[in-house]
Amino acid sequence: MSMTDTLHDTAAQTAEGLPDKGGPAQPLLIVKDMQKYFPVRGGIFGRTQAMVQAVDGVSFEVKKGETLGIVGESGCGKSTTARLLIGLTEKDSGEIIFDGQGVGDSLNLRDLRRGVQMVFQDSYASLNPRLTIEESIAFGARVQGLSDPIGRAHSLMERVGLAPERFAQRYPHEVSGGQRQRINIARALAMSPRLVVLDEAVSALDKSVEAQVLNLLADLREEFGLTYIFISHDLNVVRYISDRILVMYLGEVVEVGPVVSIWEDQAHPYTRSLFSAMPSMDPENRTKTPPLTGDPPNPINPPSGCRFHTRCRFVDTVCKEKAPALRELPGRGGHCAACHLHDPDSGHDKAGREDIW
Amino acid sequence: MKAPLVEIQDLVVRFKGDRTVHAINGLDLTLQQGETLALLGESGSGKSVTLKTLLALLPPKRSEVEGGIAVNGTDVRKLKGKALQKYRGGEVSMVFQDPGLALDPVYTVGAQISEAVMRHKGVSRDEAMSTALDMLRRVRIPSPERRLKNYPHELSGGMRQRVMIALALACRPRLLLADEPTTALDATVQIQILLLLRELQREFGMGVIFVTHDIGVAVEVSERIAVMYAGQIVEEGTTSEIINNPRHPYTQGLLAANLHDVARGERLNAIPGAPPPLEERPTACSFAPRCPIAGPECRASLPDFVTLAPRRRVACFRALEAAAAE
Amino acid sequence: MAIAETIDAAPAQRSGYWAGVASRLRRDPVTMICLAVLALLILSAIFAPFLGLQDPYKGSMIARLKPIGTPGHPLGTDEQGRDMLARLIYGGRLTLFIGLMPVVLAFFVGSILGIVAGYAGGMVNTVIMRTVDVFFAFPSVLLAIAISGALGAGIVNSLVSLTIVFIPPLTRVAEAVTSGVRSLDYIDAARASGASALTVIRVHVIGNVLSPIFVYATSLTSVCMILAAGLSFLGIGVRPPEPEWGLMLNTLRSAIYVNPWLSALPGLMIFITSLCLNLVSDGVRSAMNVHD
Repeated sequence: MSMTDTLHDTAAQTAEGLPDKGGPAQPLLIVKDMQKYFPVRGGIFGRTQAMVQAVDGVSFEVKKGETLGIVGESGCGKSTTARLLIGLTEKDSGEIIFDGQGVGDSLNLRDLRRGVQMVFQDSYASLNPRLTIEESIAFGARVQGLSDPIGRAHSLMERVGLAPERFAQRYPHEVSGGQRQRINIARALAMSPRLVVLDEAVSALDKSVEAQVLNLLADLREEFGLTYIFISHDLNVVRYISDRILVMYLGEVVEVGPVVSIWEDQAHPYTRSLFSAMPSMDPENRTKTPPLTGDPPNPINPPSGCRFHTRCRFVDTVCKEKAPALRELPGRGGHCAACHLHDPDSGHDKAGREDIW
Repeated sequence: MKAPLVEIQDLVVRFKGDRTVHAINGLDLTLQQGETLALLGESGSGKSVTLKTLLALLPPKRSEVEGGIAVNGTDVRKLKGKALQKYRGGEVSMVFQDPGLALDPVYTVGAQISEAVMRHKGVSRDEAMSTALDMLRRVRIPSPERRLKNYPHELSGGMRQRVMIALALACRPRLLLADEPTTALDATVQIQILLLLRELQREFGMGVIFVTHDIGVAVEVSERIAVMYAGQIVEEGTTSEIINNPRHPYTQGLLAANLHDVARGERLNAIPGAPPPLEERPTACSFAPRCPIAGPECRASLPDFVTLAPRRRVACFRALEAAAAE
Repeated sequence: MAIAETIDAAPAQRSGYWAGVASRLRRDPVTMICLAVLALLILSAIFAPFLGLQDPYKGSMIARLKPIGTPGHPLGTDEQGRDMLARLIYGGRLTLFIGLMPVVLAFFVGSILGIVAGYAGGMVNTVIMRTVDVFFAFPSVLLAIAISGALGAGIVNSLVSLTIVFIPPLTRVAEAVTSGVRSLDYIDAARASGASALTVIRVHVIGNVLSPIFVYATSLTSVCMILAAGLSFLGIGVRPPEPEWGLMLNTLRSAIYVNPWLSALPGLMIFITSLCLNLVSDGVRSAMNVHD
């Protein structure tokens, strides 16, 4: 029996523990109105002085087997979203439904963690320097009481391209950054998860190594039938790996849709700016003017109305007063944007016009 | 041709410690007055070490430097004491990746810039302060009068990097060294800083060496690119030559790994393996173990530079073959 | 099946952490010499009865305050005519014991408190750390004297008071290191795998916080030695006629005009021991790559 078959078997075993409940049509993950504010404490008594509105009313779905890319700048809440999904941070309000089961009601946190795993950005900080690679990978399986944790660790090491006989007994500082990230991927897969959250998982790697890891991720997705949430600031990488893209700005979803549709025509002015900010790869045709000026505002006191209105070149009175809702754009295959420009009834003087872009 | 602004000849840098690291292994580089060159490479390729050598910033006890480094005709390795201080910050200055670490948290922005100006130009405090104000204007900081009195922690990341640039350019250096100055910034801020650097370079007419790992950034900011690998330059040329007609297999691999025009879901043509640890000085092509077209000669000896055109060179045995095949 | 590209053979050396520490220590002559001196002191104290020394309690009215180099008394005799060499070596037993034991005890208690406070955070942290701060507010000498004074003289009471003195600083360090480690991704990864707090602490926290706490504790041993000797000197530590360096320093004080070299001997022993402890602590710190 080959190594892969063994893995399929183990995957099947765990599937008994966390089976596919809702069938293929049921989204693997539904997030409804999720909110998380962090208090900013100060003064002698540590009183709450302000709230960082890290994630504010975020809703989205992830279908089974798809890859959802989440993009946005620092402070947009993409990493907090990841931590909320995996239960590392407790949400203030909102619902997370994993395969039809509400997390907290019919699905407890311990079971959720067998279904959802995460790979972090910093490959070094995410491995315990005092544990051998084998022990790090086997730890989760041990905790969950799965059979033969070391055997699992070895077959996964093999699968991510690290020969167990050479690497099992090494320590994290003895291997390269790319190898460490493979270890982190193996550790996440050791729990036989169905959803893997990749939080800037390839961002710290060198470009040549990044491509290797992206290939590996694509293979693993196919082989284990995984669903990915891929968080990154690199639009090229997100486009390559994702089926749909979700764009966040200051704790809110501003646009979500199929990658092709977004790539062809970004509906939200912020998404458009983000795309124009990508360095040009054509030396004869370099970027002439920056799409936006200034830095993203502080999420402690986000602007009123549409949070992007302070930097938006289409800003109108309505943008400052009323926050736009996420609306589906007609005929775009589920492409949604939260912008008054796309709502003819919003009262924005340029609403519905196509010639302004 | 005028004397070059920077001339590095056969530079070798070794770090000693528990184990020796051969960081730079025979690097030649020239930069003309007013030129912008991007040093493109991955971590450990020696690009940052090259910059530090130019500023004589390497720890003398742990590093061995050989070879010639001349900036504007001055032998940098011979500079000491006062002359070195005058050179650093006056003739050449540097912009770092993390402005939060490079700026002093206990002084206001204005105090830091004016202090540098007073030290190098010997002008009065008022005059230095007005230079500082002028610099903040030039780096397009809104309401600069107010910002002069701000401390670094009161500024956003992009603002801080602008201040860092203002500080670096306040004494009108002939050479600006930039070490990944936009890597820590958000995408929409990165492009602003890149365009700002491009404008200021034109305005001040200085030479710029811009270290980056991101090809896109190199394209936006520089007119020439030198690709580094394992402590050596493997290919050099104008930006459009490197982007449109890369000759070294490593450059080709890097361009492919940028994913700029890869079809979705298509298997990536990844360079296998990882860069060498450089515990020994390479005696053969360092890239050969990862190279798809390496032959026996690549593993046997170091490739010399093949000059394809004036100031267009590539260190590869197969460069001419590949060119002939096209 | 698409095999992941076989990856590089970056030949990393295999070496355990402690092997590296030991080899760095071996290459540090100062630390090695100090370790040897300490080992000599400790071994001679332990094996004092087998060294053929004179009885450290037996005095002689006629042979009082003999100078260094007296035949039969190589280091002279004290104010009651007891052999100084024997008393210094026997004195090492008590002095080293009450100099080191409180730090060892405080290391355990402080580490547990600090790790719990650092890992749990929130209310637990506030309660533990503020309580510790109250003790921390007093200078250590004052606190030791106050507790010892309240408990009365005696070896056990000295141990208790010194342990209490050293728990707050060790708790502080343990808490600081733990909250640092707590914020690292591997702790999150472990939590995300469903491990309980106790498991995470056992597997992932302890191994990574213990060495900096240990290094800090070694730097406290010399302070503790001096404090213990100081308590005895003040008469609220070890009671006569037990040989103990601090106490000996006190009783020989009056002889300082008669025989200054002799009365300085216990002080010299305290000095050498605490110096060696300090230097060893520094050496261990750099060998373990602990930065603070």
